[in-house]
Amino acid sequence: MNQAEIKEIKKVLLLGSGALKIGEAGEFDYSGSQALKALKEEGIETILINPNIATVQTSEGVADKIYFLPVTPYFVERVIQKENPDGILLAFGGQTALNCGVQLYQAGTLEKYNVQVLGTPVQAIMDTEDRELFVRKLDEIDVKTIKSEAVNSIEDAAKAAAELGYPVIIRAAYALGGLGSGFCDNEEELRVKAEKALSFSPQILVEKSLKGWKEIEYEVVRDRYDNCITVCNMENFDPLGIHTGESIVVAPSQTLTNSEYHKLRELAIRIIRHIGIVGKCNVQYAFDPKWEAYRVIEVNARLSRSSALASKATGYPLAFVAAKLGLGYGLFDLKNSVTKETSAFFEPALDYIVCKIPRWDLGKFQGVDRELGSSMKSVGEVMAIGRTFEEAIQKGLRMIGQGMHGFVENKDLVIPDIDKALHEPTDKRIFVISKAMRAGYTVDQIHDLTKIDCWFLQKLMNIVRTAQELENYDAARLEADKDTGRELMRRAKIQGFSDFQIARALWKEKMEDCHMHWVRQYRKSLGIVPVVKQIDTLAAEYPAQTNYLYLTYSGIANDVKYLGDKKSIVVLGSGAYRIGSSVEFDWCGVQALNTIRKEGYRSVMINYNPETVSTDYDMCDRLYFDELTFERVMDIIELENPHGVILSTGGQIPNNLATRLDEQHVHILGTTAQSIDNAEDRHKFSSMLDSLGIDQPRWRELTSLSDIYDFVKEVGYPVLVRPSYVLSGAAMNVCSNNTELEQFLQLAANVSKKHPVVVSEFIQHAKEIEMDAVARNGEVLIYAISEHIEFAGVHSGDATIQFPPQKLYVETMRRIKKVAGQIAQALNISGPFNIQFLAKNNDIKVIECNLRASRSFPFVSKVLKINFIELATKVMMGLPVEKPGKNEFDLDYVGIKASQFSFSRLQKADPVLGVDMASTGEVGCIGLDSSEAVLKAMLSVGYQIPQKNILLSTGSAKQKADMLEAAQLLHEKGYNLFATGGTHQFLTDNGIPAVKVYWPSESDREPQALEMLHNKQIDLVVNIPKNLTQKELDNGYKIRRAAIDFNIPLITNARLASAFIQAFCSLNIDDIQIKSWDEYR
Amino acid sequence: MQTTKKASLILDDGSVFPGKSFGYEKPVAGEVVFNTAMMGYPESLTDPSYSGQILVTTYPLIGNYGVPRREEENGLSRFYESEKIHVEALVISDYSFEYSHWNADKSLADWLKEEKIVGIYDIDTRELTKRLREHGSMKGKIVFEEGEDIDFIDPNLTNLVAKVSCKEVIRYGNGSKKVVLVDCGVKHNIIRCLLKRDVTVIRVPWDYDFNTLEFDGLFISNGPGDPDMCGITVEHIRQAMKSGKPIFGICMGNQLLSKAGGARTYKLKYGHRSHNQPVRQVGTNKCFITSQNHGFAVDNSTLGNDWEPLFINMNDGTNEGIRHKSKPYFSAQFHPEAASGPTDTEFLFDEFVNML
Repeated sequence: MNQAEIKEIKKVLLLGSGALKIGEAGEFDYSGSQALKALKEEGIETILINPNIATVQTSEGVADKIYFLPVTPYFVERVIQKENPDGILLAFGGQTALNCGVQLYQAGTLEKYNVQVLGTPVQAIMDTEDRELFVRKLDEIDVKTIKSEAVNSIEDAAKAAAELGYPVIIRAAYALGGLGSGFCDNEEELRVKAEKALSFSPQILVEKSLKGWKEIEYEVVRDRYDNCITVCNMENFDPLGIHTGESIVVAPSQTLTNSEYHKLRELAIRIIRHIGIVGKCNVQYAFDPKWEAYRVIEVNARLSRSSALASKATGYPLAFVAAKLGLGYGLFDLKNSVTKETSAFFEPALDYIVCKIPRWDLGKFQGVDRELGSSMKSVGEVMAIGRTFEEAIQKGLRMIGQGMHGFVENKDLVIPDIDKALHEPTDKRIFVISKAMRAGYTVDQIHDLTKIDCWFLQKLMNIVRTAQELENYDAARLEADKDTGRELMRRAKIQGFSDFQIARALWKEKMEDCHMHWVRQYRKSLGIVPVVKQIDTLAAEYPAQTNYLYLTYSGIANDVKYLGDKKSIVVLGSGAYRIGSSVEFDWCGVQALNTIRKEGYRSVMINYNPETVSTDYDMCDRLYFDELTFERVMDIIELENPHGVILSTGGQIPNNLATRLDEQHVHILGTTAQSIDNAEDRHKFSSMLDSLGIDQPRWRELTSLSDIYDFVKEVGYPVLVRPSYVLSGAAMNVCSNNTELEQFLQLAANVSKKHPVVVSEFIQHAKEIEMDAVARNGEVLIYAISEHIEFAGVHSGDATIQFPPQKLYVETMRRIKKVAGQIAQALNISGPFNIQFLAKNNDIKVIECNLRASRSFPFVSKVLKINFIELATKVMMGLPVEKPGKNEFDLDYVGIKASQFSFSRLQKADPVLGVDMASTGEVGCIGLDSSEAVLKAMLSVGYQIPQKNILLSTGSAKQKADMLEAAQLLHEKGYNLFATGGTHQFLTDNGIPAVKVYWPSESDREPQALEMLHNKQIDLVVNIPKNLTQKELDNGYKIRRAAIDFNIPLITNARLASAFIQAFCSLNIDDIQIKSWDEYR
Repeated sequence: MQTTKKASLILDDGSVFPGKSFGYEKPVAGEVVFNTAMMGYPESLTDPSYSGQILVTTYPLIGNYGVPRREEENGLSRFYESEKIHVEALVISDYSFEYSHWNADKSLADWLKEEKIVGIYDIDTRELTKRLREHGSMKGKIVFEEGEDIDFIDPNLTNLVAKVSCKEVIRYGNGSKKVVLVDCGVKHNIIRCLLKRDVTVIRVPWDYDFNTLEFDGLFISNGPGDPDMCGITVEHIRQAMKSGKPIFGICMGNQLLSKAGGARTYKLKYGHRSHNQPVRQVGTNKCFITSQNHGFAVDNSTLGNDWEPLFINMNDGTNEGIRHKSKPYFSAQFHPEAASGPTDTEFLFDEFVNML
């Protein structure tokens, strides 16, 4: 493209990445938002397609027009038809957007509508995506890739291995499950293994084994004038073999010499030039730890998780710059956005180390494979900044929020076989290393088992040594010997120990909370306090007015000055994305920051999630990229001395700090800590409801099995059991009979006086209703009532939510409103809150109440077009607000929020929904009626309208009956129905023809359901477990899992299945209206 | 944890940065400068341009990969930039007492001790850097707890080039073209870069009258300190220009060539020492990331009529190279030979050799 062409770009379409899923998460909200900002700055009209309603990029004012539609070629083409954009950006919406863009290009759609692809040409994208093209392309410039050679004989295998260099790995081609594969260190071994492999398959693949190699990544930028920079490199703590999304990662690299670093840098630049990228890409290398040998693993020609991390790690806004380069700018035209004076053509110099740690939630899944490997399973990540590796990793291990206090001084893990656990890494690997060090393993031994570079292990060993030293002391001795105390405290703090860890090392099992305060007081009396440092991209070489900050103990002075004018407000962020808390709280945090700024206060954010928009330093006046622990938040509050602190927009993490911050007289804005505690404490909340005469499901906190049985006698099965002290991963479960109850309690907790369990009655076939609202001094200012499509029993985070409700009695709504009003008043709520209800007929019961923003705040705010958080923030700031004159009864359209699951990434996990949340993301779509909105939403989370064959097993009699109407519809629409035994009988009895298929347990009968799935003869599977008993779950597991593994849409809930079937039977895809958000009025 | 002696860095503005020793223990003084590179400490420490200077690294974690073994190849050090450590002292934040690398021979601490070079850690190098940035490079000294004191020294008042230059003529390689290399404190990688291109290098002392030799091209190396100390070298360069043979200079070489062409140099407030300096080739859209280590610069406005700037620093607009408008003379203020640093501009050696 030339400059003249670029100048004609007036309207640009940007593709988002849709719902958050494993491997494609919040980082694309950040990159898309940055790109949209870059376009806006140029006066370009922006169109965004992204059904992810909880994102910041789909907020008012970010893009000019927003379509909550699936990012698929069909819908993108229809938007292009309507909007007629000049250009399209494909690199900012992850693999989803990239794949969609490539398909549009290949189909000639972009050419047809004369839409120019901005930035990297599509051919370059295809060169990086297609393995064969990629290898060939890099061969052209003598860059080595990982190749496998296919051979048919032992001799050829030996020849190939000699060429590749030992060790090699051989695999039998076409064999599933790694049958016949193995490592060979020399020709002798190869001959033995090749023979065996050839017995499985006529062809074997010989590949260079890179086991134990380092994994290094470079972020590279190129403009159309061929100027290149590498913004950052990163080194994986875990060796090759563990997906980079599953690995702890540091930036910059720590174990590379100058010559190694620059050799890889030079190659990265050679690659980006040859492929012809305009914008950015990342290059991943395998790097031999024993010699300067390398292989290129892959090149991503788009913004990625790594680029979000690199942007946050360096302060270099990769997405923003990539968007500008796509418009034709040269890097020399752009300024460094931190210094605002120096050029954007430069490579950031870091004077700190960052450490990224993944966050897993594998405990939430039944049967999931916990071993880490080449596919990604983590659902989020954190980034910790420090001036020593020890400091960064200990911060990071606290940030992941799984009850750990750092690398040491955690609750003891039970690891039966440390060798095995080191050798076969799981999500607990780092803590296994800690345990091994305590057990006397040397760095070399651990290195041999893990292949983690000794440098990292040596540093971890430093932490263990300091812990041991602290453990040899007690408080009295430290008081007496202040010189030793000062030295030891300082070293511990420089190595990232928290006050809690130090207290636990000193008091051991006798430690109590007050000891943590003792440590704090003691070290402060010795002058050991953290300092605040800036991230300025140039390691202090040039003055920078940057507001991007972190705290460290390796320093003597703060980089920033504190005014102490009480004109700042601190907002606590939501931490790592995880199941149950993700981009929706980022949206809430960003809205709070925006409001604070607009109202003339300085906004301060504390958060540490590199995937978010709230950790973009442009979003606030000061960003502390640091921990959300009590200790760190207090450190920051003591420095900032703010007007107040907002806890209610960051989910549960900030909420949990309320009482402790209040004890330190921190000014919490909005609802008081006392009220938060009254809502969070089950007993207090329950008795409050009783005194208000508000109904709730019966529950009891119990300490013995016999008490539990007595309670069950009273309420009947099923019951919901929540252990208060969770040992295994499982947080809660539904038990339907005595056996299950006993089994679960044995697994999950030892019931005792010290560890009671909460048992509540589990009401079936009830509607679940949510109320999101904002109150001021106990008076509700605005509310949104929404209903779940599924009956209660599906976690509210997994449920499909309809707003405004379409099938609620007016009487139910009225009662809900009244009860919410009573609760708001009783707790004197000022700010956002959420209440969950059960409704049967017109009886309502309160399940839960959170005095904070909830997951559905962005959804209801955007559907109703009233920003709940803006309103709530003003209330919390004590500013006058008017009660909005509009409510949900005024809407002429419907919003549907549907959940995105990532079961395909979680090998072996049972894709069934229960009381624990399993979804990793969500979408929100708007339609003129329920069916249209449901159809858009379901298509957005990856469902397709089935072609012809549908497999049904519809659970219990009641569920079968619920599904009858839908089955009838399918039949009328001409679908072929296949059904398992009971369902087949039921359909036949009701005059609906269906073909009977057999369960895997009836393996001698034909046709087999599983086989049909394998052969891709089924387009949709509806598989509904009768109940949540283990036996029933086992029965359908194979079918559900096969559906996931063969990428066949699966629904496991009768009411959702009915709604979806209803939608696609009553509407054709062409009936779906292409309307932007602002067209719904 | 090792027991370490306390030592402090004292600046001549009176500020004191207390730290701990991990190297040799003796009081030292010099000019305190900072470098923002994130790797390459073995290369930096042996770069003769750091002669007389106390080097502060802004990157906090140092020593991670130890130091490579001493090995020679073609009379040149294989992994280092000269025969010895040239900095007066090294000041860092976090020292890695243990190291890990296949090519490491010993720890950084052992190497410093062997070469009797002071190293201190546990310093807030960011705060120190900010102070140097605000005041400009300062004189400084490192003194040990219970050790003797020492006076401040301004190394720029002495002829550092004379100190680090070779003492006699040394020949390297057997290439088809002969290049005289004026050694003002040359980094070995410059010689390696020339040797790779089929060149015989005749390395001569800074004040040697190379015009008596037979050669195809002249190269003027990098070096420490104030270019005004090298009047004699400038004279020799002027002499050589009469022959019209190609001339290429790097760093100090850029300054000396400029002076030979009539320009003036001046001291920068705190110099350029890093791996990430952006330069733009004047009149083009070509930009390069360069490795730099200099405290003095050429004043663009004093370039004679026959000369023009070749590269400009994109951050502060300072001169990054010059060229003669009609003759094959050019130079770069940055380090195309890298080591340590990015290798984007190594092509300048090709351009020079092609001129021969």
